[in-house]
Amino acid sequence: MARGRAAGRPPGEPRRVAYLYLLPALVVYAAFLLFPIGRAVQFSLYDWDGLSVGRWAGLDNYAAIIADEGLRDAFGHALVLVVFYALIPLAVGLALAAVLNHAKVRGLGFFRTVVFLPQVVAMVVVAVAWRRVYAPDGTLNALLGALGLESLTRGWLGDYAFALPAVGVVGTWVETGLVTVLLLAGMSRVPPDLYEAARLDGAGAVREFFAVTLPSVRGEIAVALTLTVIAALRTFDLVYVTTRGGPGTSTTVPSYEVYHRAFGLGQVGSAAAVGVTLALLIFVISFGINRFADRGLT
Amino acid sequence: MTPSTRRSGRTPAIALLAAAALALTACAPGSSAPPAPPSQAPSAVRTDAAALGDVTLTVWDQEVRGGQAAQMKQLNDAFQAKYPNIKLNRVSRSFDDLNTTLRLALSGNEPPDVVEANNGRSSMGAFVKAGQLLPLDAYADAYGWKRRYPESVLRYSRYSADGKLFGEGNLYGLPQVGEVVGVFYNKAKLGKLGLRPPATWADFETALGTAKTAGEVPLQLGNLDKWPAIHVFGTVQGRHVPADQISALAFGRKGASWTTPENTAAAEQLVGWVDKGYFGKGFNGQGYDPAWQAFGKGEGVFLIAGTWLLADLEKALGDDLGFMLPPGVSAGAAPVATGGTGLPFAITAKSPHPDAAAAYVDFITSADAMKVLTSTGNLPVAETGQQSVQAGPQQDVFTAFGTVTGKDGLVPYLDYATPTFADTLGAALQDLLAKKVTPQEFLATLEKDYKTFTESN
Repeated sequence: MARGRAAGRPPGEPRRVAYLYLLPALVVYAAFLLFPIGRAVQFSLYDWDGLSVGRWAGLDNYAAIIADEGLRDAFGHALVLVVFYALIPLAVGLALAAVLNHAKVRGLGFFRTVVFLPQVVAMVVVAVAWRRVYAPDGTLNALLGALGLESLTRGWLGDYAFALPAVGVVGTWVETGLVTVLLLAGMSRVPPDLYEAARLDGAGAVREFFAVTLPSVRGEIAVALTLTVIAALRTFDLVYVTTRGGPGTSTTVPSYEVYHRAFGLGQVGSAAAVGVTLALLIFVISFGINRFADRGLT
Repeated sequence: MTPSTRRSGRTPAIALLAAAALALTACAPGSSAPPAPPSQAPSAVRTDAAALGDVTLTVWDQEVRGGQAAQMKQLNDAFQAKYPNIKLNRVSRSFDDLNTTLRLALSGNEPPDVVEANNGRSSMGAFVKAGQLLPLDAYADAYGWKRRYPESVLRYSRYSADGKLFGEGNLYGLPQVGEVVGVFYNKAKLGKLGLRPPATWADFETALGTAKTAGEVPLQLGNLDKWPAIHVFGTVQGRHVPADQISALAFGRKGASWTTPENTAAAEQLVGWVDKGYFGKGFNGQGYDPAWQAFGKGEGVFLIAGTWLLADLEKALGDDLGFMLPPGVSAGAAPVATGGTGLPFAITAKSPHPDAAAAYVDFITSADAMKVLTSTGNLPVAETGQQSVQAGPQQDVFTAFGTVTGKDGLVPYLDYATPTFADTLGAALQDLLAKKVTPQEFLATLEKDYKTFTESN
């Protein structure tokens, strides 16, 4: 009889039993993920220097974020970086992947590896290398000089108008490969007969791209956007190594502020508040991207 | 995709767990390790290290590079040989790594015994405030440290017991090396331009102009890392603002002000140098290291920088390198230069072996230790005049430091002023040098940070 009842139920019923199975994983998850997040949220409610006993501050730290013009700017800079980290790589990646997929390039594997390479190199190394490129006597200025564009040369990372885009371009360089490879994988799964049908209906290459290719890789686009947008919003190492938020405060970003406040200034509570706010922002944006992609699929 | 019903069924469970995690931690941060009350001078100071029994000292230092690492190793070995009963457990990390980890280490239950703590308010000041460092005055009396060090040097390690007053009060550490910001110059270039090392500040400006006309980079500067211009501004400020006012500002005293005519004159002179093209092109986008390395390769006639670059620049330029204190308004004016000490060695309040720790600190700052420092290419902070070095740039540096400390002309780094001042001043100087703000706006920014801090301190 007991066996009969067990067989009659879907596996994992009653729920109590199912949760028991999940418990070990949940304990680990809670200890290493939820607990630190809980602590961070808790710290953000205190005025704490990391050394002495904290003083309850309620939502003061969050109010200070809204009131602090420098911090608002930092979040603004992060959103600018989204353009460079996510949107431009997506546009370039779509074009590259479509061409590569279509042309059936010889040595595709090699090309794919080369495009993906920036992802493999540690960001700190990337940053050090690009710092040399952007230096007043660096590669970029040498190139401009050789092209007779001497008037355009400058210390790129020290220029108020160009420092943030210059940091952004490094992001574009890093993320384009990832996006391209993701999209290539998606496009190679599109059944050839779909293209054939489009051809028979008289679609040109452009029409074919918008009618067949783009809708088919919607899922890959969502994944690529999620990854790159998160990378953009939590940028830290690149800014830390290249500009330290300068010149002035023109390239400071929330993650850098978290580090700077917690370790440089000893404002742990405020740092935690910035971190929590950033986490929430990232959560909302990536949730939005996935909702958008889901709706497209059904 | 996952049906939405199942997804929403999972959310409360996670929320519940998160709430539980939060409840577990519901005591105020920092309360698990209550600060030890600042233990006043230990009742009986024992200076006979050999009689202290078997002891292990954990020492955190940041002497990881070249001559610094060499002197530390040599001194530690000598200490072990002399006191076999005291075992040293050395942990050395780079400056940045030490800075970021020390805060956590000190708030733990078993902090290291001896640590190198940065003098500024956000490091040593905060540690003193939290009662984590031991006041060393009793040891200073027992070992005669006040005779060994000039007061103008000791004050960089002094704080009031509540950590609010910097530059006076208890002694919390002893540094090994001295630092002074002065003017490095390229002798060969000066010779080619028909110039001699400037004797007055006006001469210096004239020399900059001559160098510019001759197509040289007059003053090498790389300000991408934000802080390098602080030393250039400090040097210019020393020609316009009385030394005691600079000290008051840099130690963050109430009542001093940035928005004075003297400070305005200093800021205006600095901006004037930008207008006249005395700095290299794109200096705000040039890194600190590439800039002094360029000077070492013979680009640039002058470089305003600290003595910590001596060893590397000497290697690059050899006898073409010269160093001098920033010249005064007149040739005979009392010397004023930004400077101070390397990171002081402090003893933690929870250390179970303060006597052994103090013996170690005494040993690595003794007269013999200063000789070791000299022989490994460092600038010893005490007894600088007694060291014999051969003529050349190293002697220039020793003479300069001896002169300026002897005449109490050392003024503190400006970024000591408030816990946030390094960033405020660094960013404001980038703004000023890029002509984004006027000298008046620049000083107003400094004044705001300064007043906010001094009024709440």
